[in-house]
Amino acid sequence: MKLSYFPGCTLKNQAKNFEDSALCSLKKLGVEVKEIDRWNCCGTVFSMTTDDLIHHLAPIRNLIRTKEQNSNKLMTLCAMCYNTIKRANERVKADQESLDIINDLMYREEIKYTGDVEVLHLLEILKNDITFENVKQKVVKPLKGLKIASYYGCYLVRPKEIGFDDLENPIVMDELVSALGGNPIDFPFKTECCGAYETVDRPDIIANRTYQILSSAKNYGADAVAVSCPLCFFNLDARQKETQKKFPEFKNIPILYFSQLMALALDCDEESMKFNLHYIDPKPLLKEKGLI
Amino acid sequence: MRTIISRQKIRSPFVAKVEELSGQNLLACYQCGKCSAGCPNVDQMDIPPNQIIRFAQLGMEEELKNSKSIWICASCMTCNVRCPKGINIAEVIESIRQIVLRKRNDHVEVKKLSDSEKQNVPPIALISCFRKFTS
Repeated sequence: MKLSYFPGCTLKNQAKNFEDSALCSLKKLGVEVKEIDRWNCCGTVFSMTTDDLIHHLAPIRNLIRTKEQNSNKLMTLCAMCYNTIKRANERVKADQESLDIINDLMYREEIKYTGDVEVLHLLEILKNDITFENVKQKVVKPLKGLKIASYYGCYLVRPKEIGFDDLENPIVMDELVSALGGNPIDFPFKTECCGAYETVDRPDIIANRTYQILSSAKNYGADAVAVSCPLCFFNLDARQKETQKKFPEFKNIPILYFSQLMALALDCDEESMKFNLHYIDPKPLLKEKGLI
Repeated sequence: MRTIISRQKIRSPFVAKVEELSGQNLLACYQCGKCSAGCPNVDQMDIPPNQIIRFAQLGMEEELKNSKSIWICASCMTCNVRCPKGINIAEVIESIRQIVLRKRNDHVEVKKLSDSEKQNVPPIALISCFRKFTS
C-alpha cells in the first residue's frame, strides 16, 4: 500500500513525536508513505461562514498537490488538519458554484480541482484498509497491563459528515489499543472539548478542562491518555502545569499519541517516540510496564 | 436590566446578516436548551448558547456583539450534533464573531500577547487562535 501524506505545521516541530512514531509504525506495517510536495498550512480551522470562500483555498491547494502526485487519497495524522481539509473538500463537492469560484481564484494552478481526492485520517486507514487484525499480527511487544483512556476531542468525530466513528461514543482508538495488547479504558469525557486555541489567551479555561478530563480518566483507572491531535496534546500535557497550580490536588498523568503506542508495540526505535517533547515524562510508567 | 424588544429590531439587517452568514433558520429553535446543557464551556459564558439563539431572533445586536460568550465558544460542535431541530448553533456564534471581526475589532492582539502566553505554544494553537479571534 502506498499513501500520500500531509503533515501540517505542528508535526514538523512540537509534535515531531507524533510524526516520527506514526511513520515508523507505518513502515513496520509495510505501508509506503510519500509526503506531498509543496504542501501548505491547511488553515487549522474550517471557515464556517457561508460567504468565506477565500479561506478554503489553503486546504484545497493541498488536494491539488495530491493530484499532482497522481494520487487520489490524502492521509493526515493531525485531527485538526483532517477536519479542515475534509470539510473544505465536502463543502466544494456539494457546491459546484463555490468550487468554480475557488478554482478561478487559483487560476495559476495547472490542475483544476474537481472534488476527486479523498481525505483520510490514519486511524480510519488502520481500521478500514490495514485492519486491526493485521496490526495485531505485527505486534512485537504487547502493551500488556497498560491501561489507556482514549481521548477523541472534537475534530476527529464532529460534525457528522466528517467523523468515521460514532459521534457520541467513538471507539476506534480503543480498538487500536486492544489490538496492541493494551487495556482500553472508557471514560465519560472522551469527546469533551479541551478548549483548543483558547490556550493562547485563556489558559485558565484550559486548566479547568484539563482538570475535568484527566481527573475523570484517572478515576476510571487509566495509566495514560491517548490523543490524535497536537492541540489536545499540548492542552492535556503541557497545561498540566497550570492545572496543578489551580487545583493542588490534581495528580499528573502522561499523555501519548496513539501512534506512540503503536510504535511501542511494533518495536520502533525509542528515538522515533521523542519522549523529550513531553511535559509529563511517560518513561517511568513505560519502564514500570517493561515496555522500554 | 431593561430590554426593549421591537419590530424594527426583529427585522433588522443584523438578524438577516446572522442568518445569511450562518446559513441557519433562527426561528427553527424551540428553546429546548439541549445546546446549553451539553456545552463544556457554558460555565464561562454570560449568555448561554440557547439564549444566544433567542437574542439573535430578537435582534439584540449590541448584547450579542459585546457578550463574552462569542469568545468562549471554541466551535467544538457538541451543540450542533445534539440539536433536535438540526440548527448549527456554532455557526450562528461564528457569524456574530465575524460581524464583530469584520469591523476590525480584533479580540486578540498579537503584539499585546506576553512572552509567557506565546512561550512553547505550538503553531497549531497560534494559527487557529488568530484565525478565530482576529480579522
